[in-house]
Amino acid sequence: MRIEVEVNGRRVGGDVEGRTLLSGFLRDTLRLTGTHVGCDTSQCGACVVHVDGVAVKSCTMLAAEADGCSISTIEGQASEDGTLNAIQQAFQDHHGLQCGFCTPGMVMSAAALLKENPKPTEAEVRHYLEGNLCRCTGYHNIVKAIMAASGQDVGAIAAE
Amino acid sequence: MYDFEFEKPGSIAEAVAALSGEDAQALGGGQTLIPTLKQRLNAPGKLVSLTGIAEMRGVCVGDGGEVIIGGATPHAVVAAGAGAYPALAALAGQIGDPAVRNRGTIGGSLANNDPAACYPAAALGSGAVIVTNAREIAADDYFQGMFTTALEEGEIITEVRFPVPQAAHYEKFVQPASRFALTGVFVARFADGVRVAVTGASEEGVFRWTDAEAALSETFAPEAIDGLNVAAEGMIGDLHGTPDYRAHLVKVITKRAVKAAQ
Ligand SMILES: Cc1cc2nc3c(=O)[nH]c(=O)nc-3n(C[C@H](O)[C@H](O)[C@H](O)COP(=O)(O)OP(=O)(O)OC[C@H]3O[C@@H](n4cnc5c(N)ncnc54)[C@H](O)[C@@H]3O)c2cc1C
Ligand code: FES
Ligand code: FES
Repeated sequence: MRIEVEVNGRRVGGDVEGRTLLSGFLRDTLRLTGTHVGCDTSQCGACVVHVDGVAVKSCTMLAAEADGCSISTIEGQASEDGTLNAIQQAFQDHHGLQCGFCTPGMVMSAAALLKENPKPTEAEVRHYLEGNLCRCTGYHNIVKAIMAASGQDVGAIAAE
Repeated sequence: MYDFEFEKPGSIAEAVAALSGEDAQALGGGQTLIPTLKQRLNAPGKLVSLTGIAEMRGVCVGDGGEVIIGGATPHAVVAAGAGAYPALAALAGQIGDPAVRNRGTIGGSLANNDPAACYPAAALGSGAVIVTNAREIAADDYFQGMFTTALEEGEIITEVRFPVPQAAHYEKFVQPASRFALTGVFVARFADGVRVAVTGASEEGVFRWTDAEAALSETFAPEAIDGLNVAAEGMIGDLHGTPDYRAHLVKVITKRAVKAAQ
């Protein structure tokens, strides 16, 4: 079947099977490979994108369900000229990534959190990231980066 | 995943018609069904999405003060919108993680009746009414054992009506890897008595702990159940906990729930 979606502000269409996952449509059809598939079992959150403004695991949503929706992915976060957005910049400044595999999902989850709760506490950030797993960083610097992106002082946040 | 046809009707009537075909299955948020299809544990010929049916989405308060939730309402919408029943909103806000809550629906959770799921405890603990396209089912008649319910083939949950108790609390002991309840207890105190529903513990799925209900209806305090015990027989034993451990947890978690609801 044919679906029409808006991805990062651009209208695009494509043919999908009933079983095509949104993650597969983004990665294989649109070649937007920034959205990562870590577990494919809705555990790790590497595949988080926004659909009509809310965070979803794109490995656990059918592409057909997204027909007519507006989707944001990691590719749409930086400006056209490559300038990182505040969350991405904070991840760089605070060493919030190592291998970077989890990072697209972390950044998209962080964006969803800050939209809902612009000044979260450290505990709220940790709680919100329950569905995003990172095998490298130990999370401290991710939490720190998100706190910094929200404009809060991160001097007191635990060691790296 | 085997391929299937996909249909997204806009009304309950159209959904029921689409589901009457052979091999068709309802799709809620897909948070349980899609992983199951990936494992090829299930291979429907057609999925009928319920997420485009406006009359099945949203939260409102009925004439009798009951909180009514559309069958295809995501957990996040209940968490934000069921303020008239704070214990229910809090329960919805503890399911899985934010992305799961944005897709997963109450109808999908109750239809699946996972033995460790949260909503079954709320529905049974509140004495909710499960409304389908065909009838109304009291929660006491609806849950029929692990992954088993009163739903007939092709029957869909269109809404769930929750009477609002005087006091209530859901205490969830989280299994941190799955984020389901290792054991969870929903306690609700109504004018005519207390209901206690336990999830995550029994091999029969969600159940009412009637001895605790009787004791708490006398005195609504944690100490009221000091003398009671739950038998380990019939409790779930797995990697995360033995039947003895779960039986013990039921009592501890019930006491915590009562304390928080007081
Ligand atoms: C990482 C993760 C963590 C989770 N943590 C928790 C947790 O802590 N607590 C908890 O309770 N759950 C948890 N869940 C499960 C989650 O709540 C699911 O959303 C829910 O169990 C199924 O709802 P769904 O709308 O996604 O249903 P689907 O997966 O779409 O469907 C499940 C079943 O219900 C049927 N169905 C769907 N909607 C209806 C309807 N309206 N009427 C009749 N049948 C219907 C389908 O045909 C299917 O058989 C978790 C899931 C994941 C992936
Ligand atoms: S790839 Fe989707 S949650 Fe891991
Ligand atoms: S940076 Fe490697 S998984 Fe998170």
